[in-house]
Amino acid sequence: MGRALRTTLGTVLILWLVLPLIPLGLWSFARGWRWPDLLPPVWTLDAWAYALSQTGGVLQSLWTTIAIALAATALSLLIGIPAGRALGLHRFRGKALVELLILAPVIVPGIAVVFGVQTVFVSLGLTQSAMGVILAHLIPVLPYTILVMAAVFSGFDTAQEDQARSLGASPAQAFRHVTLPAIAPGILVAGLFAFLVSWSQYILTLVIGGGRVETLPLLLFGFVTSGRNDIAGAIAMINILPGLLILFVTARRLTGRSAALPGILRP
Amino acid sequence: MPGGARTFLLLAPALVVIGVLFLGGLGVAVLRSVGYMPLIGLTDPSLDAYAALLSNRDFYRSLALSLHISITSTLIASVIAVGAALLLRRGFAGRGIVSFLFQLNLTVPHLVGAIGILYLFSQSGSFARLGYQVGLIDQPGQFPALVYDPFAVGIILQYVWKEVPFIGLVVLAQMQGIGADYEAAARSLGARPWQAFRHVLLPLILPGLLASSAIVFAFTFGAYEIPALLGQSHPQALPVLAYRLFTDVDLAARPQAMAASILIAAISGVMVWAYVALTRRRVGG
Repeated sequence: MGRALRTTLGTVLILWLVLPLIPLGLWSFARGWRWPDLLPPVWTLDAWAYALSQTGGVLQSLWTTIAIALAATALSLLIGIPAGRALGLHRFRGKALVELLILAPVIVPGIAVVFGVQTVFVSLGLTQSAMGVILAHLIPVLPYTILVMAAVFSGFDTAQEDQARSLGASPAQAFRHVTLPAIAPGILVAGLFAFLVSWSQYILTLVIGGGRVETLPLLLFGFVTSGRNDIAGAIAMINILPGLLILFVTARRLTGRSAALPGILRP
Repeated sequence: MPGGARTFLLLAPALVVIGVLFLGGLGVAVLRSVGYMPLIGLTDPSLDAYAALLSNRDFYRSLALSLHISITSTLIASVIAVGAALLLRRGFAGRGIVSFLFQLNLTVPHLVGAIGILYLFSQSGSFARLGYQVGLIDQPGQFPALVYDPFAVGIILQYVWKEVPFIGLVVLAQMQGIGADYEAAARSLGARPWQAFRHVLLPLILPGLLASSAIVFAFTFGAYEIPALLGQSHPQALPVLAYRLFTDVDLAARPQAMAASILIAAISGVMVWAYVALTRRRVGG
């Protein structure tokens, strides 16, 4: 393939990757952008002022989304770090089956399980509550956390722990001073991506939250279908932000492929 | 503490959570789909919900639409992704930008991508306006229907946009692991570039390609919000139909919603299993 052809194809690819994000950005600064204007006739910060006002409901929804994602991340790390250790360091009978069970929620669509979960949550009083939504988000979030942590632990040398123990450290001290510093970068990556998976959930929040728990994606859908393109554009921009931040954090912390690795687990 | 018990304790919380929420959710959906609800006295399982669903023409139209969406999206995304990975493997101006955009795109929620596609390709969207400005059309209605359309073009465009980077990065990682030596050997033995790709590189990247496209197939088959936003109102994609049945005011539709969701799980499961089996055989042989 010639150099010129490669550059041309690369340019087309770049344009295609950026293209859908452009009208979203434009709409968030537009007023009265009607057919057939290619660009907004009037530029304004109205949509952003609405999105960032205390009364518009967008900020409230933003805090709800962040709180749910943080809680789901914390829970999945708490449960996922030990499980990742078991899968990354130990061989045991039935390991293939356990791995299959952990991979299954990554592959089986959320809509296949959420109706059943909702039925049970109704009787437990967990529907229409943030707590119920957090628990439901564990279904897609936990497997990613475990898989990332298993990869982290598979590169961890337990001899360091043994040395600390032989020098008189308690198991807790060995974990605090030896294991934790070694796996901390991995925990950061796992946590960031867990946050992102929860942040992007739609159908689980919709069915379990029953319309009472309005995260940003649900709010965004509502503004699009009611034709408020300007506010939808602003919310969409806000919705992209954590991914962008995470990308910069992980790119600086880790290099090249290891940064992309957890991300590519997610379709 | 013996090693086995320790491993079990490390895994137990995760297995309980996934077992209860995932397997439990799936299990309850199966029980409800066969009408087993002991709390309200229904203890005779029946396949009525499946019979009702399978005798409904709308169901088959939704099934066909969803299969069309996921097969077409997966195929197009796979082909472009392999091309993009080949491009990224060799240096070119803007390579850094493409790999950054690939990673950024992975973090963008599907719904945001879907709205971007809507604003680009709808009949009053950016491309329709461009068509007017260059004199191709006079009114929005003259622009071809690419969203809310019977062929689900907008939905497929969104999936291709989102999944090319996903498959592309998996395939690129494989290509980088393989290196260029095998192809170079084939070329030195007289193979044309296409032959070296078809007979040497493609078989080597096939496992990653099939595995990632299997995940894409299952995702595009079961995702709700993208066809809910970009699809036409009739027929609806299978997940949208399932949700409509689930929220129907007639509670008798609930078991049908459960049955539809179980069928979605089964079809995506079978597809993934077929892909995995295929991958194993190819790799083994």
